Amino acid sequence: MKERMNIVVVGHVDHGKSTLIGRLLADTNSLPVGKLEQIKKTCELNAKPFEYAFLLDALVDEQTQGITIDTARIFFKTKKREYIIIDAPGHIEFLKNMISGAARAEAAILLIDAHEGIAENTKRHAYMLSLLGINQIIVAVNKMDLVDFSESRFNQIKNDYSKYLNEININPVEYVPISAFHGLNLIEHSNKMSWYKGKTILELIDSFEKEKEEEENDFRMFVQGVYKFTENGDNRRIIAGTINSGTINVGDEIIFLPSQKKSIVKSIEIFGKEAPLFAIAEQAIGLTLTTQIYVKPGDLICRIDQQLPYATNRFVANIFWMGKNNLSIHKKYKLKIGTNKAGVSIEAIKSVMNASTLKKENYREEVHRNEVAQIIFRTDKPISFDLFSKIKSTGRFVIVDEYDIAGGGIIIEALEEKEELVTPDYSGFERELYELIKKYFPHWEIKPIY
Amino acid sequence: MDYLDKLEAHSIYIFREAYREFKHLAMLWSIGKDSTVLLYLARKAFFGHVPFPLIHIDTSFKIPEMIEYRNKLARELKLKLIVGQNKEALKTKQTFPDDNVDRITCCKLLKTEALKNTLSGQFPRYRLDHELGVFVEDQDKETYTGVIVGVRADEEGSRSKERYFSPRDKNSDWDIGDQPPELWNQFKTEFALKTHVRIHPLLDWTELNIWEYIDRENIPVVSLYFDNDNGKRYRSLGCYPCTLPIDSTAKNVKDIIKELKSGKLKNIAERSGRAQDKDGGGTLEELRREGYM
Ligand SMILES: Nc1nc2c(ncn2[C@@H]2O[C@H](COP(=O)(O)OP(=O)(O)OP(=O)(O)O)[C@@H](O)[C@H]2O)c(=O)[nH]1
Ligand code: SF4
Ligand SMILES: [Mg+2]
Repeated sequence: MKERMNIVVVGHVDHGKSTLIGRLLADTNSLPVGKLEQIKKTCELNAKPFEYAFLLDALVDEQTQGITIDTARIFFKTKKREYIIIDAPGHIEFLKNMISGAARAEAAILLIDAHEGIAENTKRHAYMLSLLGINQIIVAVNKMDLVDFSESRFNQIKNDYSKYLNEININPVEYVPISAFHGLNLIEHSNKMSWYKGKTILELIDSFEKEKEEEENDFRMFVQGVYKFTENGDNRRIIAGTINSGTINVGDEIIFLPSQKKSIVKSIEIFGKEAPLFAIAEQAIGLTLTTQIYVKPGDLICRIDQQLPYATNRFVANIFWMGKNNLSIHKKYKLKIGTNKAGVSIEAIKSVMNASTLKKENYREEVHRNEVAQIIFRTDKPISFDLFSKIKSTGRFVIVDEYDIAGGGIIIEALEEKEELVTPDYSGFERELYELIKKYFPHWEIKPIY
Repeated sequence: MDYLDKLEAHSIYIFREAYREFKHLAMLWSIGKDSTVLLYLARKAFFGHVPFPLIHIDTSFKIPEMIEYRNKLARELKLKLIVGQNKEALKTKQTFPDDNVDRITCCKLLKTEALKNTLSGQFPRYRLDHELGVFVEDQDKETYTGVIVGVRADEEGSRSKERYFSPRDKNSDWDIGDQPPELWNQFKTEFALKTHVRIHPLLDWTELNIWEYIDRENIPVVSLYFDNDNGKRYRSLGCYPCTLPIDSTAKNVKDIIKELKSGKLKNIAERSGRAQDKDGGGTLEELRREGYM
């Protein structure tokens, strides 16, 4: 069966991400005939050095500044499968674009410039990958030509970087020394680095494994719409959605959460096909029910014979913030999880971290752009979700500030449902004091303050 | 599920999100292969129905067969078809085929301006009245806030950087340097007054995927895509003064797939028959920033 995989290329600014993809396209004969020559000629005309990156950095601003601003989708094929390679920008200013690109990927290539070494976003990008749940990663040490193809320089970077990756629980598939610009160790082994016995970039890409589909998991499907199109005598009332995980069969007893309404699947509808008896994760389907119950978009459908998700208004999540404004405990936001939406506020910011230095700060009242944080959220009404570790697509959400998505997060713990606290807003000092007392004087049995 | 199943499911998801979130939703329909797949996917998403109008921007220079095909399909499927046009520019002959302006200006007037004003309701909208069988001026002048467009990322550089849900400001301009984040299956569905969102369900499809899907699902397409024994066919459809057929003997969908896979067309970009893409460097990005599809 033919398959397609999305791979993102990340790393610090100027470490050679676009060059790697451009050179890969050129060396695998994936470019339209004459495209490379055309770009070379344009460079000559403008007295600019030729860059493979110009194959991808298509925007006028990107070409004049020699920098990637927004992620690009590059279509690429090997004998094994089709790929969309996502070229992410490395500059911190465009982190939101890097995250938008990485969120579409199943695997990643992380580039490090051998000469410059590990830089701020080499680390930050890795952290973002781990937050997004991408754990198939190749680390490519690039520009080996600038360090005389030195094995010891390669090993030094490998050792240092492994320590960091260890701390954030990433275990890369492989470290590979390359020169993207000169096309070394991309498709073929280079004799300049005969000390390297591992696979080439192309072999490594093909060795990534397709993510396991969520078929084996418990059934989940967010209601996306309830349709009744009466045209041409159609009188079906169809509950439409895309299956997040698991399997559904005609005759299954289902429950809608959080409303707890129950019914039985009468039919599974797919346009243009005979109605199937079952459907699996990722399929876009419609359901008709044996009873007419009132349900609405955002409800989570589950099977009664399986483990149910959480339904509460409080949870702990790890988030990254990309907003123009800071995330503040004094403001209200909109949360979107699956097709569900709810007003949300922040009960507490447990910690804020710089994703590059891993330096943590506690008890802040705001999270700044490009920071990651651990937060207790409280929604205006109970919502249904799973922990990210159980089912990815029902365990992650975004935060909307005004008109834009400004943050994303994964749920790591569900908390007991509680009404809005009428307790006062505790100051940073009070919280810190509370934590200290709890830690050093547990026998005081201090009353929890949040 | 194979990769076509997954592409299909993802596109359907985008359609259904758009339908739920945008009260005034419309879909651009250019009659070409991408639009045809788009229409088919819409019917899949809504179980045989198309619950929003289709807008065709008629430059008046479209190949006649395209217009015939458009009207026939609209009647057969009882589609809500809206046609928009820049009548003023046509009346004063401010067009490239009339030899009065260059291609860029012509495209700006007949496509970008026509689209902008048809979406906002400033230009009259002509709706196909299925009972009378003719086009009548539509009384609905409400601005469309969500517009579904069949662009693909593999077509050219600026499209490779698009979001699935891509905001346009008051003037229909695209701020390509500062696009909003887009994560997982969460899209930009909130927008300020007087702005609108372009929705791109086909972004992840390649030209080959489109033909493979047309083949698999047996979707009828306009015959201009096939060679009628003169060794030529259109690879991309547009205005006849600016679109040339390519040399090819592909007579049916299977032949086209074979041709694309063989790499025979690798020395010709898909839109190479489209002369307006080539006048001056970076012009397509420029056109698209100002609201071109
Ligand atoms: N010497 C040498 N230079 C390289 C190599 N790979 C890339 N470069 C150069 O490094 C510079 C930056 O390359 P890009 O590919 O634009 O870097 P990038 O990582 O895509 O940068 P951003 O997208 O802006 O973050 C260019 O001038 C490249 O020619 C290499 O293997 N050797
Ligand atoms: S494609 Fe040609 S005829 Fe059509 S609008 Fe553009 S310039 Fe005018
Ligand atoms: Mg780049």
